[in-house]
Amino acid sequence: MDGWVSRLGKRFIAFVNYTGGVSVLFAKSIFWIFVSPPKRKQILDQMVKVGIDGLPIVFLTSMFTGIVISLQTAYQMQKISATLYIASIVALSITRELGPVLTALVIAGRTGASITAELGTMKVTEQIDALETLATNPIKYLVTPRFIALFFMLPLLTVYADIIGIFGGYMIGVFKLHIGANLYMTTTWDALKLKDIMTGLIKSFAFAMIICTIACYEGMRVEGGAEGVGGATTKAVVTSFILIIAADCLFTALFYFGFSF
Amino acid sequence: MIEIVNLCKAFEDHVVLDNVNLTLRDGETIVVIGRSGTGKSVLLKHIIGIMKPDSGQVVIDGQDITRLDEKELNALRLKFGMLFQGAALFDSLNVRDNVAFNLIEHTKTDDAAINKRVAECLEMVGLHGIEELRISELSGGMKKRVGLARAICMNPNIILYDEPTTGVDPIGADAINELIKELHGKLKTLAVVVTHDMVSAYKVADRIAMLYKGKIVEVGTPEEIKNTKNPVVHQFINGAATGPITED
Repeated sequence: MDGWVSRLGKRFIAFVNYTGGVSVLFAKSIFWIFVSPPKRKQILDQMVKVGIDGLPIVFLTSMFTGIVISLQTAYQMQKISATLYIASIVALSITRELGPVLTALVIAGRTGASITAELGTMKVTEQIDALETLATNPIKYLVTPRFIALFFMLPLLTVYADIIGIFGGYMIGVFKLHIGANLYMTTTWDALKLKDIMTGLIKSFAFAMIICTIACYEGMRVEGGAEGVGGATTKAVVTSFILIIAADCLFTALFYFGFSF
Repeated sequence: MIEIVNLCKAFEDHVVLDNVNLTLRDGETIVVIGRSGTGKSVLLKHIIGIMKPDSGQVVIDGQDITRLDEKELNALRLKFGMLFQGAALFDSLNVRDNVAFNLIEHTKTDDAAINKRVAECLEMVGLHGIEELRISELSGGMKKRVGLARAICMNPNIILYDEPTTGVDPIGADAINELIKELHGKLKTLAVVVTHDMVSAYKVADRIAMLYKGKIVEVGTPEEIKNTKNPVVHQFINGAATGPITED
């Protein structure tokens, strides 16, 4: 009984420490962004890494998702002769849900892991200590450029994913199900409202903050060499995935119940 | 001058520094020796303020750095140069940007002046024409030299060396020792060298201090250390497997 309570207590303390650590890092990142913004070149370098280099994988994921939703919907809709509705279903599911969430998950796996591995390696090779000895705050130098880059690039990637996903659905709708191209696009535009795009974008801003804060936090507290870097990278990706899904659930509920978005 | 007063540091239950007292005089090269894991690097990190002690003081020119805020500490750190054990060069930057890191980040020096200063610093450590190389293209010895060039770029008053000869072949190690002596002669800085390499210690030191079980057990000139009566120091400098120093 004692052992069980003690283990539970230790886990609770570790959870509080973790949450506290992540919150402090988040607050310090925001502080440094406003007090001493990073150089433009640093931000642009990170934007290329996060955004431009992420385009191919986001393209593939969104395209296949659009195709799959279209095919799965067609399977049902053909039974009731309502295949035209595929256009609106694809557009709404992609923009409101799958575009932002899948893009965030892909970027958490790709960029988040890369940030943790890079900062973790810097930690174990004393490069972060070296930054401090060179009178440079590691959060200001390492975290804030990545934070700003992700904050702006993830929503842009989400818009890109929305477009590609809708295009994937269009290909199936027009070339396989023989819906007229103009009719498909008109149905898509009729179904979409600005709020559908906006709900997705608001989510992606939040996901960007989650990915960057978790990835940097895990990277900057790595201990124990290559094994530590590997463990931290795995933990960063898993934690980001869970938090992204949880945040998505929260935002969807808020938009559904709380706001008339 | 640096005064270390009753410095204590423990990591959970493991006491690393236990009331360390040591005075480092301006212009001298003091070598701190001791077994691996005895806290030599931890001591260096306290001197430059990247670790906070559990208790005690590190007083630099009359200022207790353990009480400074980040801004004051960063201003003080610009007077320091530090060479890390693995050089700790930033592998996302090339040699030029590593050496000129402080100039780029903390001054408004123009590119031409930066290039000139980088070339001077590289020349001082016996390198030239490698400004555009990536860090991954350098050998271990070159990395140490570039690390040293970065450490001296801002004309520091104090240079800290963490295991400068570790991981370098004997000839490379001797070249680094010569370089430390030469730089000391030119720059007249206070140098603190942490090492367990006695050849290096005898070569560069004005004084040697031995850290054992969290305490400074002896301080003296290289000659005094060679002729020590302290059995712990005697065992360590002679590299004997048997004696008062035990594995724990």
